[in-house]
Amino acid sequence: MSNIPENLKYAESHEWVHDEGDGTVTVGISDHAQELLGDLVFVELPETGAQLKAGDESAVVESVKAASDVYSPVDGEVIETNELLADSPEVINEAPYDNWIFKLKLSNPVQLDELLDAAAYASLVKAEED
Amino acid sequence: MLIFEHSRPGRRAQAQAPKSATRLEGIPAALQRKRKPRLPEVSEMQAVRHYTRLSQKNFSIDTQFYPLGSCTMKYNPRACNTLAMLPGLVNRHPLAPDSHSQGFLSAMYELQEILKEVTGMSAVSLAPMAGAQGEFAGIAMIRAYHDARGDTGRTEILVPDAAHGTNPATAVMCGYKAREIPSKADGDVDMDALEAALGPQTAGIMLTNPSTLGVFERRIKEIADRVHEAGGLLYYDGANLNAILGRVRPGDMGFDVIHMNLHKTFSTPHGGGGPGAGPVGVSKRLQPFLPVPMVGTDGHDYHWLSEEQCPQSIGRLSAFAGNAGILLRAYVYAKMLGAEGMQRVADYSTLNANYMLKRLMDAGFTAAYPERRATHEFIITLKNEARELGINAMDFAKRLLDYGIHAPTTYFPLLVPECFLIEPTETEARESLDAFIDAMIKIREEARTDAEWVRGAPYTLPVRRLDDVRAARELDLRWQAQEERA
Repeated sequence: MSNIPENLKYAESHEWVHDEGDGTVTVGISDHAQELLGDLVFVELPETGAQLKAGDESAVVESVKAASDVYSPVDGEVIETNELLADSPEVINEAPYDNWIFKLKLSNPVQLDELLDAAAYASLVKAEED
Repeated sequence: MLIFEHSRPGRRAQAQAPKSATRLEGIPAALQRKRKPRLPEVSEMQAVRHYTRLSQKNFSIDTQFYPLGSCTMKYNPRACNTLAMLPGLVNRHPLAPDSHSQGFLSAMYELQEILKEVTGMSAVSLAPMAGAQGEFAGIAMIRAYHDARGDTGRTEILVPDAAHGTNPATAVMCGYKAREIPSKADGDVDMDALEAALGPQTAGIMLTNPSTLGVFERRIKEIADRVHEAGGLLYYDGANLNAILGRVRPGDMGFDVIHMNLHKTFSTPHGGGGPGAGPVGVSKRLQPFLPVPMVGTDGHDYHWLSEEQCPQSIGRLSAFAGNAGILLRAYVYAKMLGAEGMQRVADYSTLNANYMLKRLMDAGFTAAYPERRATHEFIITLKNEARELGINAMDFAKRLLDYGIHAPTTYFPLLVPECFLIEPTETEARESLDAFIDAMIKIREEARTDAEWVRGAPYTLPVRRLDDVRAARELDLRWQAQEERA
């Protein structure tokens, strides 16, 4: 079973969201997602300033198996991207919850309540693994 | 070792090149190179040995079973090569006048007619040089059709999530937004999701039928009707045409445009990136937009058709007329098979796939769509083996090489975890199919006693397991001479 920290929220498309408490969130991909993808070789980051809607394709994570879209879990404006990933995409495999992909300024904070909590995400992952 | 590393200054293959230097008269000094090109300098025998050794390392359809799903790696009949290389065809200059090319042109005209008939379309152009270019031509024609009607509000192409990655890429290349349609658990397109996505912005839908999930889309007529009612057109990706050749025609399913991979379905040599041939066929309403050149006839002589005769054409896709050598091979293949032979292609490719699927399921492997009949290919998921034995699809794939079998397509389609997409084709004997299944069972046994051993495979090839992660992260394809590296 993969690691699913209690303090995060999750999207069904396997992104994690950390609520910074100041109207911004940090987004990455879950341990389960990095495990499925395998060794990452490239991450394409969104443009800072981009306006995203929940469900929009926001980044691309590419492994030797596949290139997968990362979807924005909520509406918001990209305020920062993790430049470390340009040269070292493998840090997501090593520590998926320490190595975030982008930060958003929320335009619709109530959307956070619609995301999965750790328990709900755990049962989603379990259903997928069976 | 590369041929460049065999090179020694001044060594010559005497039979290949005259020793006297060519004089460069009339070329301005500024355009003349200062240094000789770094071509390998080797003897003729060194060159022969080098390339013979390389050919012995080939893992190919001529040496091994090659069940690479979605790629249709079938036997390439030698007769096709022999006849396509008749001196009159090989020595014909691409710019030779029509009057000197009647044999070649008549073969191309007849190939257009055969492909029309077997796909149920109104007209065919042989121009696209490969499958991806055929896709591009197909969607470019859909765009040209809408534009010609002044119907410019159509901005989206629908693509099922099981599609080849080239489909959304093609839509984007043609200036459309690709919109994904999910598949249901049984492999068919989700009709509710399709319904919700259709609208005045829909330019068309790109479908592969049978799909890359190895199942036939059962509601294709309904899909065609709904897309047409919304004003969109249907594009057929010919990747899996082998499964239905001579039995079911895309034109009868309601498709408006189709591309065919002759290098798959019509058995021309491919692998390693080419060469291909991706002819396009269209329904009546798209006919004016077909790419040129095509071959026409006045009932007696054959001639090229270009923009002059086809003013609404999307234009040329290459300098000449497609990959002539490949088109000729496909023509010979089609003529050798005839209509009945084409039906046998569909019959035996699906029989072989279903035989393998059944035997693998009996042996305890997990089918991705167990309730569905396989088409010419099918998917098994090795997620149980990965979880219980610690060997994943990649480990199985690498170990199969040691048993003299090319690995099936791995990790595609992306919807199925730890998957093998297996396509035996109609050209394999039952013994090859059995050998594959026996190897799979044996590898699973090996994993039970020594998983580490399986994870270390392959052991019998010129190279051991390659570090594909490092290769992707530090891509380096260029050889440099010692002195250039410094």
